[in-house]
Amino acid sequence: MNVLHYVNAFFSNDAYWQGYDGIPTRVSEHLGYTLEALALAALIGLPVGLVTGHYGRGGNALSLIATAARALPTFGLLVLMTMLIGFGMLPVMIPLVVLAVPPILVTTYEAMRSVDPSPVDAARGMGMNEAGILLRVELPVALPMILGGLRSAAIQIVSTATIAAYVSLGGLGRYIVDGLYQRDYEKVVGGATLVAALALATLALFWALGRLTVSAGVRRSN
Amino acid sequence: MIRIDSVTKRYPDGTVAVDRLSLEIPDRAITVLVGPSGCGKTTTLRMINRMVEPSEGTISIDGRDTRQQPVNTLRRSMGYVIQNAGLFQHRTIVDNIATVPRLLGWSKDRARARARELMERVGLDASLARRYPYQLSGGQQQRVGVARALASDPPVLLMDEPFSAVDPVVRKGLQDELLRIQDELGKTIVFVTHDIDEAVKLGTMVAVLRTGGRLAQFAPPAELLTNPADAFVEDFLGADRGIRRLSFFSSAGLELLTAPIVAVDASAEQIAARATEDVPYLLVTGLDGRPLGWSEPGALTAGQVDTGRLLPCGRPFAAGRDSLRAALDCAVLSPTGWAVAVDGEGRAAGVVSQAAIGEAIRGAHANDTTGTTGFAGAPDLAAVQKAAR
Repeated sequence: MNVLHYVNAFFSNDAYWQGYDGIPTRVSEHLGYTLEALALAALIGLPVGLVTGHYGRGGNALSLIATAARALPTFGLLVLMTMLIGFGMLPVMIPLVVLAVPPILVTTYEAMRSVDPSPVDAARGMGMNEAGILLRVELPVALPMILGGLRSAAIQIVSTATIAAYVSLGGLGRYIVDGLYQRDYEKVVGGATLVAALALATLALFWALGRLTVSAGVRRSN
Repeated sequence: MIRIDSVTKRYPDGTVAVDRLSLEIPDRAITVLVGPSGCGKTTTLRMINRMVEPSEGTISIDGRDTRQQPVNTLRRSMGYVIQNAGLFQHRTIVDNIATVPRLLGWSKDRARARARELMERVGLDASLARRYPYQLSGGQQQRVGVARALASDPPVLLMDEPFSAVDPVVRKGLQDELLRIQDELGKTIVFVTHDIDEAVKLGTMVAVLRTGGRLAQFAPPAELLTNPADAFVEDFLGADRGIRRLSFFSSAGLELLTAPIVAVDASAEQIAARATEDVPYLLVTGLDGRPLGWSEPGALTAGQVDTGRLLPCGRPFAAGRDSLRAALDCAVLSPTGWAVAVDGEGRAAGVVSQAAIGEAIRGAHANDTTGTTGFAGAPDLAAVQKAAR
């Protein structure tokens, strides 16, 4: 019995393609958690990173917070939050967001800092306001790096969202947690394979996003 | 007129970048701020568009204090060119140039049409319009920078060491192009450089600043070369300022000798008649009148001169159009010690000796008026400085 055999058995089992424990349901649950956590993390990380990066202040404080956040064990945080808040979406979202904010925040800040200062000086000298400089001069150039930060955050969330299953929520973690409990390795391997596939799909998605949103002038000159 | 009135820039740490500087920058002329690093020339420029706020003193444009209008309105009314062009790498060339018109609320089509017009003006091929900055050479990028600054047709152009980052050949091209554009547009240009040659070449007026942000001298370049205000300015001008100053004297006054010129098909009699005591060499020209080279009269074969045996005559100077500096350079480089003058079509117009050029230089110095007249507004300042010394 090798891994490929498990994979094959899992995906060819009709039972896994329907119902509340079917692959479509679990994948869409998993995607739902991922998107929600990524959106929340981006909502926190992007504006803070963009503004601090633009003004060049608060870099040390940011890296301190980011290092502290990274040091928090995700699983421990999940258990703690569940104890404090009880079961539900919120105790799952908190550790996922805490996990995703540091890469977004730090890369966005670094991306903005690494923008060549001379176009910024030229823009300011031409009478562009600060918001214009941030959005129309710095952001388009910093975008590849910022997308890189979002991408690593997204991949981390995709793989870590499996913990939702520990606190009785759905997602692909269900297969892994249940499979381990039931010693059903076909299920465990199937779930893990799906998580890996989702991570790869995330990579592809961000690659496409980069092609669509990054100017050819930036893509080629780096 | 841009009037800088006893402006000081002091930073919080106590460093004084500019110290009680007063300058009257004339309209429709190029005023160059030049000096060693740390002399506050860039700070001075940046105070004009309030990229740096003065600690003391006022800067006014046509009598109006620059602090009376919103800072971005002020900046949009001035073109701004910086050292590495500072192009937006995510925008095409045409959109880079259209930046300020777009900020001023022009429609995209109108701004782009204007941008294409400017590309032509600064000598950029129209095929580059849809390219990105990374696809252009440094010199082309700098042309885009100049076009971008000119896009909304501002009366004032601020240029901060715009040509320092390109190689000397490209730099010369850009300088000539700037002078040509200035002839056509007549902008009020404030130009910062650390290169005194560039200052002398481009400036209608040159302000030499010394370390610590004080004005050393403000004068037209010819006067600067003639009467440096002090040892600092003299030192900054370099060792060959006497030679460089000759650039400001026309070669029109030179007396050209036409006697020692023979055509390549000259007969024995013509050669004999041309050879005089004063000129030991004859200049041989082609049938089109262009100079071919020098030869001793005895070495010439009548009817058909062997052009391969001629002494080279080097690069000739254009009579009347080139300066005495060019004429002297030709004479110094010529193996015979004689310079060859040509007319507009490149035909030999005459020859002139080093001695005659020396005579003309002495004459030019005697008649020189650049030290006493000069640009309007300048003599006062120069007089003030001299009185202060």
